[in-house]
Amino acid sequence: MLGRFPALAGADLDVQEGEIVLLSGANGAGKTTLLRLCAGLLPLRSGAAEVFGSDLAVDRRSIRRSLALVGHETFCYDDLSVHDNIRFATRAVGRAAADADAALERLALGRVARVAHGRLSQGQRRRVALAIALARDPRLLLLDEPHAGLDEQGRSVVDDVVRAAPAEGRTVLLASHELDIARQIATREVRIAAGRVHEMPPTADPQPARAEVHA
Amino acid sequence: MSFLREALLVAGKDLRIERRSRVALAQILPFGGIVVVMFAFALDADRTSLPAAAPGLFWTAVFLAAVLAIGRSFAVEEANRARDGLRLSGLDGGAIFVGKALAIAVELFLLEVVLGAAVIALYGVTVSGALVLVCAALAATVGLAATGTVYGVLATGLRARDTLVPLLVLPAVTPVLLGGSRAFAAALEGSSSDAWPWVQLLVAFSVLSLAAGTMAFGPLLEES
Repeated sequence: MLGRFPALAGADLDVQEGEIVLLSGANGAGKTTLLRLCAGLLPLRSGAAEVFGSDLAVDRRSIRRSLALVGHETFCYDDLSVHDNIRFATRAVGRAAADADAALERLALGRVARVAHGRLSQGQRRRVALAIALARDPRLLLLDEPHAGLDEQGRSVVDDVVRAAPAEGRTVLLASHELDIARQIATREVRIAAGRVHEMPPTADPQPARAEVHA
Repeated sequence: MSFLREALLVAGKDLRIERRSRVALAQILPFGGIVVVMFAFALDADRTSLPAAAPGLFWTAVFLAAVLAIGRSFAVEEANRARDGLRLSGLDGGAIFVGKALAIAVELFLLEVVLGAAVIALYGVTVSGALVLVCAALAATVGLAATGTVYGVLATGLRARDTLVPLLVLPAVTPVLLGGSRAFAAALEGSSSDAWPWVQLLVAFSVLSLAAGTMAFGPLLEES
């Protein structure tokens, strides 16, 4: 709900495993709301949400163990080091220390692993949030404006992570305003407007556009 | 992961945050110390009344410091919306409660050791009945931490949280302050047999608080 008005009403979205779905739409359209609903952070006033065949209202805890949300905030503790933040998140789902180290390596965060989260730049924090998400090895990756605040190298790392997701057994829901970039990595786009989900026509071959971005 | 391991994971996280930030050491402990000293000054004219009032003054100082520790425990969950991360972690709500309460209890027990030493030094108290004192302190600390953790999450996300927590917690922990003071008073007077019933009250309160918190914390965290 946004005040007295529902953020989403009559929204219907079915995502297949292995898809990378781009959620587009104007500010306040309901993209973040949809992602938070999928994570069980917001209650459904009506309707139903299923993740991997399980009802979110019934199996919320087990569903949460199989997903990760990278939102506007990092969900991290400022006084803990990057490594400690990642270890806490991975231990919560029973992952080994090696998973945390691998995620740090993949996101090029090894140099700041022992630095307190509160001392990191905005871009580094975004990478830490993504590292935490990957270290949990989620089947569903919910990304809310993952390119925001990142430099060119950071954006490239995010793109690589998202592109590799289907091969790693992950499904991705990606909300973004940076459509030029996001369309290159998404396999499907839906637009959220007036509380509803509208299917967008398939994007053209993404390869030329991708080359353009990296040029 | 088992319930206990999840609780220890959360407790370890909270204690590590306090070790790194040193808020408990640099702010809460000195605050408790100042309260004990101020009481000593306030009653200094009547030195004979200080030992008699020591148990009540001690637990009042512990309570005031506990309010800060409880507020701190939930303030760290506010920055960067860490509370949402905790919800998404997949940890059991009851285990999160036990972990947070355990971390607060450890901080409070260490604080009580230091404040106890200050009370002995400043108030001229002669220690007797050490066993009953330790048992009463442990039971009261668990009750204080468990009750405070429930009300801490209840007030989470509210703008008036800082003022609301003491208002909510004080009436709820009255049995702890009463039982702790009476048990300490009886033990210090050398009548341990009079102290044990109060310890039993403290244990019962702590068990009830832990049970209620374990059941209620998860839904409260989701609604906060």
